[in-house]
Amino acid sequence: MGSPPGEPRRIGYLYLLPALLVYGLFLLYPLGRAVHLSLFEWDGISLGKFVGLGNYLEILQDKGLRASFGHALVLIVFYSALPVVIGLALASVLHRAKVRGLGLFRTIIFLPQVVAMVVVAVAWRQIYSPDGLLNDVLRAVGLNGRGWLGDYAFALPAVGVIGTWFETGLVTVLLLAGMARIPRERFEAARLDGANAFREFFAVTLPAVRGEIAVAVTLTVIAALRTFDLVYITTSGGPGTSTSVPSYEVYHRAFELGQVGSAAAIGVCLTVLIFGITFGVNRLADR
Amino acid sequence: MSRRAPAIAVAVLLLAACTPGSDSPGGTGTPPTEVRTDAAALGDVTLTVWDQEVRGGQAEQIKRLNAEFQTMYPNIKINRVSRSFDDLKTTLRLALSGKDAPDVVQANNGRSDMGEFVKAGQLLPLDPWAKAYDWPKRYSDRVLQYSRYSADGKTFGEGNLYGLPQVGEVVGIYYNKAKLTSLGLQPPTTWPDFEAALAKAKGAGELPMQLGNLDKWPAIHVFGTVQGRSVPADQITTLAFGRPGASWTTSENTKAATDLVSWADKGYFNSGFNGQGYDPAWQDFGKGKGVFLIAGTWLQADLQKALGDKVGFMLPPGTAADAQPVVTGGTGLPFAITNKAKSPDAAAAYINFITSQDAMKVLTATGNLPIADTTAQQPPAGLGKDVFAAFGTALDKQGLVPYLDYATPTMYDTLGAALQDLLGKKATPEQFLERLQTDYAAFAK
Repeated sequence: MGSPPGEPRRIGYLYLLPALLVYGLFLLYPLGRAVHLSLFEWDGISLGKFVGLGNYLEILQDKGLRASFGHALVLIVFYSALPVVIGLALASVLHRAKVRGLGLFRTIIFLPQVVAMVVVAVAWRQIYSPDGLLNDVLRAVGLNGRGWLGDYAFALPAVGVIGTWFETGLVTVLLLAGMARIPRERFEAARLDGANAFREFFAVTLPAVRGEIAVAVTLTVIAALRTFDLVYITTSGGPGTSTSVPSYEVYHRAFELGQVGSAAAIGVCLTVLIFGITFGVNRLADR
Repeated sequence: MSRRAPAIAVAVLLLAACTPGSDSPGGTGTPPTEVRTDAAALGDVTLTVWDQEVRGGQAEQIKRLNAEFQTMYPNIKINRVSRSFDDLKTTLRLALSGKDAPDVVQANNGRSDMGEFVKAGQLLPLDPWAKAYDWPKRYSDRVLQYSRYSADGKTFGEGNLYGLPQVGEVVGIYYNKAKLTSLGLQPPTTWPDFEAALAKAKGAGELPMQLGNLDKWPAIHVFGTVQGRSVPADQITTLAFGRPGASWTTSENTKAATDLVSWADKGYFNSGFNGQGYDPAWQDFGKGKGVFLIAGTWLQADLQKALGDKVGFMLPPGTAADAQPVVTGGTGLPFAITNKAKSPDAAAAYINFITSQDAMKVLTATGNLPIADTTAQQPPAGLGKDVFAAFGTALDKQGLVPYLDYATPTMYDTLGAALQDLLGKKATPEQFLERLQTDYAAFAK
C-alpha cells in the first residue's frame, strides 16, 4: 500500500491553514454568530432571551415583511432581467459594429459601476424631485410632472430604474468580453449559411455567452436582493412602506428599533434566499 | 453520524452558554445618599466627558465653558472626547458597558438611547444633586420631563432625573414677511387667522406652505402643530411619551388628521410634496418660494442667511390670541453621569457649571438657543430675536409638548409612514389613527 505521491495529505491542509483561518474568522464566524443571534430576543444591551425559532415564525407572520420580500422580487426584474436584455442588445451591437472609439463607449457604459451607490442615489433623488430634471423634461414636452419617489404607483419602479441604469453597464461589459471570445469562423460559417443578424445572434452569440449571462444574472440578482443604500437614501422605504426591502428592514430593526435577534433572522433568511437563487441560476446555466 | 454527535452536542452547549449581552456587567444605578457640592474640596479628579458639541457655536461654547471650569476648579481635570452626533450614538452603547466608561456623557433622550441605558443601570439618577443645586428652579418642569425615566427605564417623562440639557428647540412657523405684506396681511395671531392667511395666499397664486416629506419625518412636525390646536396638551404628552391612559382614536385627533388632509386637498402644500426632500423644501422657502414653513429652530441660522430681514418666526397661534401655547419642542442632548463615574460629585459639579446662568450667557453669545433663562438673554438681532422670544414664551407658559415619535421604539417609523399614507390619500383619517393606536397600545400596556 503506497501513499499517493508528493507530501502527505495532512501537510497539504497545513498550506491551506492561513486562508482557512482568515475565511473562518471573517466569514464563517460572523455568519454563525448571526444565526446564533437570530435565536434570541435581544435589544443589543441587556441580557438576551432565548426564543428558539420564534423570530423566524414572526417573520412568516409579519405582513409588512412579506411585502418587503415582494418588493425585492420586483427589484430583481429591474436589476437583473432588464439589464441582461438591454446589455445583450447593447453588447451585440457594439460587438458587431466596427465603431471608432469602442473603448470610450465601453468606459461610458461602465461608468455607473465606478460611482459609489450613495452618490448615485443622491443624484437620482434630485433627478426625480418635483422640480428636478425628469419633470423639467416632461413639462417641456407638455406632460405633467409628479413627485416620483413620493408616488405610490411609481416609487418602486423609480427605484428600480436606478438599478437598471446602474447594472446595465456591468452586464454589457461582461457580455462584450464573452462575445470577444467567440471564434470568428463561427460567424463566417453562419453567414455562409445565409443567416441574417438576428439568426446569427440567436444561433451563435447567445449560446456562446451562456456562462457570462449566468454570471451577470448571479451578480445582479444578489445586488437586487441586498439593495439597501439606494432605498435608504432615496425613499427610506416610503411612501408609506411601498419601497421597503428586507435589507432595509435588517438595518432598521437592528439599529433603530433595537430588535437585534429579529434583524439577524431576516438577514439569515435573506442569505438563504440569495444562496438558493444563485445556486439555481448556476445549475441551470451549467446544464 | 455517531462520530458527529458529540461535536453537535458541544456546539449546542456553546450556543446556549453565551447568551448575547451576558458579558456586559450591569450596574446598580443607585446614587449616593449624601452629595457634596463643594467641587474645590473633592481632591484631584479627572473627568472624562463625551460630548457631541463639534460644530461652530456648539464647539465654541463648550470649549469656553470647559476652560472656565478648569480655572475655577484646578483640582478637576477635564478629559474631553468629542464626536459627531452619529458617532456618539453608535459608540456610546459599547463605551458604557466597557470597563473604561466615561464619567459624563451626552445621551440622546429617547427610549432607544437614554431609556435603554437606564434600563441597563448604566446611568445615575441625578435627583440628590438636583435637590442640592436646586435645578428645578432653573429648569421648567416641561424641560426636565424629557430626561426623566422610571428606574426600570419603562416610563418616559416621569420618575428619576437622568440628565440636564444645555440648549432647546421648538417647532414653530416661519413666515415670509415680504409676501405677507404684499398679500395685505399681518403675521396671524390666532389659528383661524392663520388658516385664512393660507387660503388668501392660495387665492393670490402664492404657494401657502412648503413641505418636503420624502424623508417621512417632516410631516410629523406639521401634524404635531395641527394636533396642538384640537387635542389637549396633557393628552398629547401622554401619547408622545408612550404612557398608558390615552388614545389616538378620539374625535379630537380625528379632527386634527382631517384638518391636515384638508390642507393637502386645498393645495396649501407644494405639489408632489411626498416626493420632495426636506432640505430642498426649506431651501426653496429660503429662496422666496412659499409664504409659510412649519419647522424647528434648528433652521434659524440658514434661513436668516438666505432671507435676511424678510423672515420671521412665531409659535403656532392658539384658537384665541391669549390662549396658552401648545408647541412641539424639546431639548438638546442632556448631559448624564455614568454609573462608573469615579467621582459622581465632581461630575455633577461640572454639569451644574455648564448649565448655570453664566453658562446660558455664553451659549447665547456663541449663537445657541439656551434652554434656561431664555427670556433674560440679549438675543441676536433679526430672526434670532423671534426665536428667543418664542422659545422663552413656550418655557414660561409651560407650553412644550414632546415629539410624537418619542412614544414607542417603532413610532418614528409607524407615524412617518402613516402620515405619508394619510397625505397621499392611501388612508382615511380613521385608518391613520387606527394604525397609530395599534402601535401605541402594543407598547403602552
